[in-house]
Formats: sequence, C-alpha cells, structure tokens
Amino acid sequence: MADVTYLEALRQGLWEEMERDPRVFILGEDVGLYGGAFKVTDGFVKRFGEARVIDTPISEAAIVGAAAGAAHMGMRPVAEMQFIDFISCAYDMLTNYVATARYRAGLATPIVVRGPCGGYVRGGPFHSQSPEAAFFHTPGLKIVYPATARDAKGLIKAAIRDDDPVIYLEHKWLYRRIKEPLPDGEDLVTPIGEARVAREGKDLSIVTYGATVWKSLEAADQLAQEDGLAVEVLDLRTLLPMDDAAIMRTVEKTNKVLIVHEDTRTGGVAGEIAARINEQAFAWLDGPIMRVTAHDVPLPYAPTLEDFVLPQTEDIVKAARWLAAY
Amino acid sequence: MASHAAPTPQAPAVPAGLTRAQLLEIYRYLRLTRTLEERLVALYRQSKVVGGLFRSLGQEVESVASAYALERGRDILSPLIRNLGSMLVMGAEPIAILRQYMAKAESPTHGRELNLHFNDLEQGYLGQISHLGDMIPVMAGIALTFKLRGEARVGLVYIGDGGMSTGTFHEGLNFAAVARVPLVVIAEYNRWAYSTPPEKQFAVKDLAEKARGYGVPAVTVDGNDVVAVYEATKAAVERARRGHGVHLIEVKTYRRKGHAEHDDQHYVPKDELAWWAKENDPIDRYARRLLESEWATEDELQQIDAAARTEIDRATDACVDEPLPVGASALGGVYADPLAAPRHWYRSL
Repeated sequence: MADVTYLEALRQGLWEEMERDPRVFILGEDVGLYGGAFKVTDGFVKRFGEARVIDTPISEAAIVGAAAGAAHMGMRPVAEMQFIDFISCAYDMLTNYVATARYRAGLATPIVVRGPCGGYVRGGPFHSQSPEAAFFHTPGLKIVYPATARDAKGLIKAAIRDDDPVIYLEHKWLYRRIKEPLPDGEDLVTPIGEARVAREGKDLSIVTYGATVWKSLEAADQLAQEDGLAVEVLDLRTLLPMDDAAIMRTVEKTNKVLIVHEDTRTGGVAGEIAARINEQAFAWLDGPIMRVTAHDVPLPYAPTLEDFVLPQTEDIVKAARWLAAY
Repeated sequence: MASHAAPTPQAPAVPAGLTRAQLLEIYRYLRLTRTLEERLVALYRQSKVVGGLFRSLGQEVESVASAYALERGRDILSPLIRNLGSMLVMGAEPIAILRQYMAKAESPTHGRELNLHFNDLEQGYLGQISHLGDMIPVMAGIALTFKLRGEARVGLVYIGDGGMSTGTFHEGLNFAAVARVPLVVIAEYNRWAYSTPPEKQFAVKDLAEKARGYGVPAVTVDGNDVVAVYEATKAAVERARRGHGVHLIEVKTYRRKGHAEHDDQHYVPKDELAWWAKENDPIDRYARRLLESEWATEDELQQIDAAARTEIDRATDACVDEPLPVGASALGGVYADPLAAPRHWYRSL
C-alpha cells in the first residue's frame, strides 16, 4: 500500500467512479486539457474524452444549472468550482433550483458540486473561504467535508452515488499535506452522515471537521503531554445531515465539549451543534459548550493577519485547558 | 355532415406542412387554454384558487404554436407562467392545472408548488421555478444530455422580455451556444414585465439582437400568428435536431392582463389594451384565417369551443371539492434518504 495524498485520493475516487459508471461526467472551468487549477482532473480528458470532461465558460450558475438538467435525465454530473469561493455565484441555482427539486417536483437531482475551500494558505478574501454555513441552512442539500485521504476518496464516491445533491468541500491546505496508505483495488466508500472518532479520550470532546481536525489532534497531543488530559476528537465528515448520535455519544462520554471550526463564528455551524447538544444532551454537560472559530472578519491576506484571524492549535489548547478546568 | 366537409378545391393550400386536422388541433389547444384560464378566473373569484392567478390572454398562440412544433413524447420544453398552452400541447391534463391552482392533495406536486410549476419528463415538460432565467441553464443541461447520448431530441425553453435581463439567462445561453446543444429558446416580447416596459428593461429594439451577441441565430416573428410561430419554431427545432446548436425565436405579442389577477394595470394605456383586444386577439385572428381560407367551417369551430367548455366543466367538477393535503405530509421527500424531516418535539406534546 503506497502513501496517497488527500488530493490523489480524491482524484482516484473520481477516476474510479468514472470507470465504474458511464453516467458520471465532469464539468467546470479548465478541467479538461489543463487538468483543473489544482490538477484534480489531470489526465482525465485523455482517458475519458471531451464528452465526459467538459470545459465550460466562467459561469458557475450555468455549470450547476446544466448539471441539474443532466441529472434530471439520469446522468451523474460532478461540477467543479475552481475555488469554492465562486460557489456563491451559483447560490441561487443551488438553493432555489437544485435543493428544492425533489421536494417541490419529485425530481431527482444527483449532482456533486465540489471545489477547493479553506484558508491557512495566504489566499486572501476570495480564495480561502469556508462556504458551508451558507448552504447548511438549506434543506435538500447534503454537505460533506473530508479531513483525511481515506475520506477524500470515500466521500467523493459516496457523493457521486448519492441520489441527492451533495456539496463536497475539499480543503486545499490538506491537498498535499496529508497522506496515508490506502489499499489498492478496494472500493473505499465513506457513508454520508457518519462522523468518525479521530482520537479517543475521556476528559473533554472536540467536535470539528476539515483542516481543524488536524489542528485539534495536534492540540490533543499537546494536552496529553503537558496536562495529562485525554481529549476525544470527533471528525464530523458530513455536516448535512449531521450525525447527532455520534455527537451525543461523545458528550455523554466526556461531559465537556469544545466545537472548533475554521469558518467565522456568527451563524456558523458550531452554533447549530451547540443548540443540538443543548436540546438532546443538556443533562450530560458539566460545563458550557464553547467555540473556537475564525474571527468575524473577511479572511485577510497577510500571514500575520490570516494567522491572527484563523483558529490555531494554540487557541484550541488554551480553550480546552480553560474548559477542562471548569 | 356539412361541418366535416373537406375544403373546397379552391381553398388555399394548408400551410407549413400541417394537415387540416392539425390546424384544428391547434385551434382546440388554443380554445382549451383560454377556456381553462377563464374557469380559473371564476375559481379565483370564489377563493378556490389559493394563490395568485396568471393569465396568458392575448398571447396563447405563441405558446401553443411553438410547442406544436416539437415531437411529443420525445422533446422536452420548459414553460413559464404564461405558457399554459404549451403544457397542454405536450399532454398536461387540465385537471392537473386546476388541482395545482387549488393546492389539492392530488395535484402533481401534492400541494407543494403553485400553478404551472410541475413537470412530467415522460410527456415532455419541466416546470419552471420563480427565479427567471434559471431554466435556461437547466434546459441547456437537458439538451447537453441529448447530445452526449446521441439522441435526436430537442429542448425548448421560454423566456420573457424581463427574464432576459437575468444573469442566469446570459450564462445559460452562452454555455448552450458554446456547447452547441440542441436547444430552442422562445423569447417572448409581450410588452410588460410586471409593470416594467421594454425601454426600462433593455436597450435594444428587438430581443433577437441579444442572441446574436452569443452567436445564436435568431429571428423575430409575429407571436400572434399561428403559422409564423409554428414555421419559425419548426425550422429551428429541425436545425437543432440535426446538430446545428441553439436557436432563438423572438415572438412579438402582448400581455393583455396584469402580471397576475390582482394587478389593475393602471400603468397600461387604455387605448392600447382596447386595440390589442379588438384588432389583434390571436385566437380570433386564427379562427378568421381558418374560416376565410376554408380550412375549417364555423360549425367545426363551434363544436371545438363547446367540447372545450365540456372538458373544463368535467375537470372542474371532478376536483373542486377534493381535500387539501394533510399538514404533516409536508415533512416527506426532502431527500431520497432520509424519507422525511423530523417533526418538532413540541408538536408531539
């Protein structure tokens, strides 16, 4: 088993689904001969041809809308947003057209909209966004967000096979930073809607997803060494639908919970998680539900500014220490 | 029987490759459209229609004649709110439309969506959503699928003079043109977008000019002329079917009612309305042409009119007293899985 990066795992997952199912095709900007801005679809056009790897104009609404129309006809389109920041250009199409189609009209719309998200890469305000909260509020969509190479592969396969529209968020900071051995020739599928315990612990739970899974694991190591704390880290993997049962299990086990995400705080996913814990596991809590998130500002470019705004490992360590002592 | 007599030898040749039976069938769809809408007005006034009511009075011809150029059961169109006639042509039943307007449990969307917002892809229509322009990319995707699969099928999508100002229209038309998908766009110039006149909506004279900016061949025709609309659409559909990409047909017509039934049209010059009603009603025009050309007799048209009334009467009687959907049915069908959204805890207290 060779080590496979997060990006290569995603690429493998896409490739294998294209091989497995002739209904799957890719459309997006510069995805063909160029192979995508991050080379996720490098070599695809050579293998699968221009009819299944379609270069489009710079038109996110048309990309998503055309994917929806094709999906109604039984195809399985995978639409790439060159950077996920541009998914806002397709917000109308996703929330009004795609998300409502099954409910209002009984129309199956099995599309995947995927793209590189997230910061820690000095991308500035428009190449670093975390768009999940804008779509988390929309019934009819699913949102998956892998943190590991294994899940990058497993979730793209699950997303393509799902009968509903799925937004697949891939963190560009993880693309080449994370690698792990993956078995060859095995059909790795990560079920949508199931969280994963990334680290077992008994003293305190961190509920998180995406790049901050790794920051939280680093913090947990440090807290174990310096404070003797056994911190449990729950990687949500799917944001919509959320795995409430897994969240309540870890709350009932440790009785203290810190929610960590890279997105800004106000109206973020952490608020919803806190509300659910309050409704479903209030009696199990031995302390307040606390959040570590980005500050409520657009994400700035300069390293000093970006580092200040985004949650860092040290922030998680400090917040966890405070909560453990509560 | 005299009323079914064949045209006399002196009658002009039936136009556009249509048979006499087809000319009468087009008349039947026109009459059915207007009769159904008139019935909906009555139901609206009795508060049986739950939401707003949208009329196509004065522009029925462009809907029916354009849809009639498609192959039913093969091609797919996407109508706007004033294209009721196009849906009837593709096979939608009047009772489905009555149920939709009255939000009945048995309506195609089980009370979830309004009026013409429903679909049957087997019959060949995909209902719009309210966000104008969105159906252009979606229909581009449907036409793209026809092309990818090598199917000789065509998509047709309607857009209004107002809807052509949206971003999705431009993105969708450009994408469709670049991808050379088999799509026909019917651009309706009906003078009013809610209350907004053309001079506040766009700076070109004809909507067809916009298409040329995307390399899309376009023509402008009299939208109240059955034969002109049918011939232009038929030619575009055949070219699209042969792989010649996107075509746009601008149909000039006139919206004689307000945006919806509540709209008193105070912004419309009264003499303008009167002129279109008296001089350019598209169904009257068509009936006159059928009679003058001896393609139909007075009796035949009267029989079609009476049959349309009977059909709408029966459809109304069959559904007007049906129940609305049960409230809790609102939770189902957001996803394929899970099957239903959870009911809130306090609803079970």
